[in-house]
Amino acid sequence: MTWSEMQPLLEQACWDTLYMVGWSTLIAVVGGLPLGILLVLTDRGGLLQNVLANKVIGQIVNVARSMPFIILMVALMSFTRWVTGTTIGREAAIVPLAIGAIPFFARLVETAVREVDGGLVEAVQSMGGNTWTVVRKVLVPESLPSLIASTTTTIVALIGYSAMAGTVGAGGLGDIAIRYGYQRFETELMWLTVAILAVVISLIQFAGDYAARSLHRRGGHSGAAPKLRLLKASTATSKTV
Amino acid sequence: MITTTGLTKIYRAHRSHGREVTALDGVDLHVREGEVYGVIGQSGAGKSSLIRCVNLLERPTAGTVTVAGQDLTALAGRGPRAGKELRQARSRIGMVFQHFNLLSSRTVQDNVELPLEILGKSGKERSRKALELLDLVGLADKAKAYPAQLSGGQKQRVGIARALAGDPKVLLSDEATSALDPETTRSILQLLRDLNRQLGLTVLLITHEMDVVKSICDSAALMEQGRIVESGTVSELLATPGSELASALFPVGGEASGDDRTVVDVTFQGEAATQPVISQLSRTYNIDISILGAAIDTVGGLQVGRMRIELPGRYEDNVVPIGFLREQGLQIDVLGQEPVLLKEGAK
Repeated sequence: MTWSEMQPLLEQACWDTLYMVGWSTLIAVVGGLPLGILLVLTDRGGLLQNVLANKVIGQIVNVARSMPFIILMVALMSFTRWVTGTTIGREAAIVPLAIGAIPFFARLVETAVREVDGGLVEAVQSMGGNTWTVVRKVLVPESLPSLIASTTTTIVALIGYSAMAGTVGAGGLGDIAIRYGYQRFETELMWLTVAILAVVISLIQFAGDYAARSLHRRGGHSGAAPKLRLLKASTATSKTV
Repeated sequence: MITTTGLTKIYRAHRSHGREVTALDGVDLHVREGEVYGVIGQSGAGKSSLIRCVNLLERPTAGTVTVAGQDLTALAGRGPRAGKELRQARSRIGMVFQHFNLLSSRTVQDNVELPLEILGKSGKERSRKALELLDLVGLADKAKAYPAQLSGGQKQRVGIARALAGDPKVLLSDEATSALDPETTRSILQLLRDLNRQLGLTVLLITHEMDVVKSICDSAALMEQGRIVESGTVSELLATPGSELASALFPVGGEASGDDRTVVDVTFQGEAATQPVISQLSRTYNIDISILGAAIDTVGGLQVGRMRIELPGRYEDNVVPIGFLREQGLQIDVLGQEPVLLKEGAK
């Protein structure tokens, strides 16, 4: 295969991948953020404590998250048809990608939000803030650097999942690597897609890390958070004296 | 200004069958308007639960809390979530925390504006009020800084400014100086004292440091195992025979030099401090008095002197001289004697 033959294939594949990953990330963030926050709020001792709801949401998230993507894709086919009118192509791939990524992102959000100091929540309550104020003014802004890092992780995971989207004719870089590189022994093309994937993933990871870190620095998290924790431990011991 | 009656808080540990922890056991607290009231006790005594019950961050199991004439426990409702009325009441009670609890993602000014955002004030009004308060706490130049760029004392000043944003009449201070060094502690206490005087702010503070009570409190209460064991104004406490709080506030050291000695703590306040009682005592009864320890200090704005003296002979031999000291209007505590016995002895 010559370069002039490969180029349009690769270009199309790049766009397909970006299109699928872009939309599914957006949906995953929109769906996973509230779900993750809800997991924290409904937990025992949470602001909206509801043990039953927490267990149910948690269980759904666990099952969905541990489902192999290719099986999820097949299992969701009728739902995909109901949403997009088709079960093949890029749009059809976005549905299972997004649904697979929502619980994944939700768990990451849960972990990030749990890291927020409970004292801040208490402070806002003492000012007369309600639960929605706590979410808007404390939980989300204070965990924003972690949330951005979680989004990066989700994007990278979605690029991985999107390789399987080729099985429903959605195209993308992974699909090229399998169909041309593996099945037709076009080794060069395969290595080229691998290289492109590596570069794309590195760029996304770099951009995500940079964004998270600059937010950290603005908030002056750098080094301050562990210090505060040390301080807490030491005052807790001095209190008993 | 703040009154609690029969305040009880019982924590039921989850899943441990029937195990209960009584954090507050029928606490009656009365904080007068415009005073600084200190609750002191060791960790686990229930101070933290007490202050959190005052603005209902913790729901008391029983009892009532009244702040500025409003029964907050009646506003609480049944569910765990705070209703609108309770949240409004909370916005009129300022609270400062041991670990400051400032939002690291916001500047100092935005942190102070947060309660005003919750109250729905306009942007212009918020920034005017925030800058005014930062000026009041001496941090006008730090408005655009982030909390991480501030020292502990500065963070607490921001915390105080934030607590004052809603123009509260009552300020709750939860170990506000416990994470600070002694120097900074003094300056923060001074600030609280100034605010108390300037704004007529009623301050309820909890602490485990006796120095805090000593330097700014008008009244104090000692908590042990969820109960208030002693309370009153500082001068009342000092005048209470055998008061644990008084002797902790104003310790004098010294041990008896032998078995057949009587050790007496003499506390002077006001008028009594000016009379030469010890030499009178010595001359009148012809006894040798040794001074084991003595100090003069300011407690809660009062000049107080305390002296530990040793008289020869057992308590029974010294009933008359001790009676003499009492007649001079001094407060006498005989070590190793119950206050009740003392009163009988005086007769």
